[in-house]
Amino acid sequence: MDNIAGQKSGLSIVVNITVVVLVLLWLLPTVGLFVSSFRDRDQISNSGWWQAPMAVDLNFRTRADTDDEREVNGSFVIEGNVFADRALAERFPDGTGRISAFGGRAVEPGEFPAGTTAELRSGASLTVMENGDFRLEHDESFGARGPLIYFEARTPPQFTLANYNTVLTADGMDRAFINTLTVTIPATVIPILIAAFAAYALAWMDFPGRGLLIAAVVGLLVVPLQLALVPLLSLHTSIGIGQSFLGIWLAHTGFGLPLAIYLLRNYMVGLPRDIIESAKVDGATDFQIFVRIILPLSFPALASFAIFQFLWTWNDLLVAKVFLPSGAASQVMTVKIADDLLGSRGGDWGILAGAAFVSLAVPLVVFFTMQRFLVRGLLAGSVK
Amino acid sequence: MIGVGGCVGYFYFSNIILDKVIFPAKGPQAGRNINRANKVRPWLFLFPAMFALGLYLAYPVVGSFWRSLFDRSGNNFIGLGNYADLFAGSSFRTAVFNNLLWILVVPAMATFFGLLVAQLTDRLKWGNIAKSLIFMPMAISFVGASLIWKFVYSANPDIGIINATRDFFGLSPVDPVQIPFWNNFFLMFILVWIQTGFAMVILSAALRGIPEETIEAAIIDGANPFQVFFSIKVPQIMGTIVVVWTTITILVLKVFDIVYTMTGGNFGTHILPSYMMTYMFRDDGRATAVAFVIMILVLPVMIWNIAQARKEMR
Repeated sequence: MDNIAGQKSGLSIVVNITVVVLVLLWLLPTVGLFVSSFRDRDQISNSGWWQAPMAVDLNFRTRADTDDEREVNGSFVIEGNVFADRALAERFPDGTGRISAFGGRAVEPGEFPAGTTAELRSGASLTVMENGDFRLEHDESFGARGPLIYFEARTPPQFTLANYNTVLTADGMDRAFINTLTVTIPATVIPILIAAFAAYALAWMDFPGRGLLIAAVVGLLVVPLQLALVPLLSLHTSIGIGQSFLGIWLAHTGFGLPLAIYLLRNYMVGLPRDIIESAKVDGATDFQIFVRIILPLSFPALASFAIFQFLWTWNDLLVAKVFLPSGAASQVMTVKIADDLLGSRGGDWGILAGAAFVSLAVPLVVFFTMQRFLVRGLLAGSVK
Repeated sequence: MIGVGGCVGYFYFSNIILDKVIFPAKGPQAGRNINRANKVRPWLFLFPAMFALGLYLAYPVVGSFWRSLFDRSGNNFIGLGNYADLFAGSSFRTAVFNNLLWILVVPAMATFFGLLVAQLTDRLKWGNIAKSLIFMPMAISFVGASLIWKFVYSANPDIGIINATRDFFGLSPVDPVQIPFWNNFFLMFILVWIQTGFAMVILSAALRGIPEETIEAAIIDGANPFQVFFSIKVPQIMGTIVVVWTTITILVLKVFDIVYTMTGGNFGTHILPSYMMTYMFRDDGRATAVAFVIMILVLPVMIWNIAQARKEMR
């Protein structure tokens, strides 16, 4: 459109670059989480996710084996290779590696560069070559337990499913996943049913006070959820529902209804009048018109609201925190992550990332497969 | 399952009962009965929705206000004592101030970025892919988004990308969420990140709806692309911009998750919804008082919305 007057817009390169930058800015954080969820925990804490495809320097330790001790010219010598330690076989499956630095103390595992000889505090001297060969020398015997050798070695990039495994088996995310589903599905279906009937009445039935009711729905659209928490929780407690799944379904139904009625009514009003009138002439009752004609025709609007409500309830933290009991048996995933994992596993980024992705997977799939409906629903709701 | 079945059952059987039992469409009064049944039917359709709306949204407005006039135990009437105590405390004032910042900054930035992306991708070949990717955070929960951004903001240069960049230039690491005052903006950006997609989708549709002739005329008159955008396009979609702006404003007043997950309200980052949660389960009087302050903040938007809706219906 900018080129209509025949000028080639010099802006197009700038536009392309700007969009690329914006998309990257919007995408990068999520990519970071995704990559991190597949990384080994030690690697996460030693290099950023953007370095994931590169080798990482990690610290290891091994104990020199005193069975190899020999006496040479009056001093005791142990020679060997650090990669021979079977405990490290998992990291260095072929028994070789490259050492960048070594040391004799846990506080400074990389004190000396590889290939040099260091004086340890015990008085022994230690040489570790780049390929892992080491030589310990001391003027007295090392005794039954050999000294510890600390070293820094390159490890190849490792991607594992271990985080997901831990999250799903040991951390109770599987239970939370089921709980989320238990909350989400009825909390999506019930408001749609109720709202569809109400929207039909508001759109196509004539009765006094209709305009007032529509205005009330629009007004209730913006009532902040926070207001409802305390009075409703005490109401639920007094009628015996308390903190339970039933309570949270009802709560989500109530909170989702204004948007549902508003969206569906806007859509149903736009349906052609002729169809409904000819059905009436043919003797159809309102109930029949609704079930046979309005519902099938409103499918796009129903779908878009269903997606909204699904995403909203799936991602909700506030309502779940208030209307569900706080025990592990009924925790949903958002509560699990925010209250449980962030506290107990605060520093375990791999687990956190894995848990987050488990909770994001379903909404993302729904989002990308049903984006068309979502966009249509958004537009129906706010553009007239 | 039972709930869903119950709903279907209610609508089906209540209609049958109305038609067959109370006002049967036969006998000497058939015609009158049909008319009567049709007078009642709308309310039959509306009843569950009205009941739920009344109980879950209208009643709480009154119920919360009433509760906020009582003290912690709920037995002693203390008038506006809770409000007075809240306004006397500095943490509440910080929360109100921060919340006002959020209300100003988040809708402005989200609308700005949304409009920017909508305009830039409008004529781009890969515009739809770009839009889809920028829209994606809409599907992500606020908790998930906070975790994602922890990987950006973390003070550890091996985790947080900001501090990795600082590290690369030889600067010492800082913790963005602990910098007084500015940390609010870092938290706000998470919500902007989520909401930009929403703004973009709606504004992009609005931009497409602008009549081509107005733009052509402007170009023929020698307007440059910036003039076309700011003087021709923006004024024509002003109505939509306002709708987007108010929608995001309302959302801002609901979101407590981000502050709760990122800082727990520490380092002076509380906003009203998160501040309310510190009283939830401990002091219902205070909690409802905070909630009612939020309601008062929403009130202008609510009135404006209703006025718009009534105008449309005429």
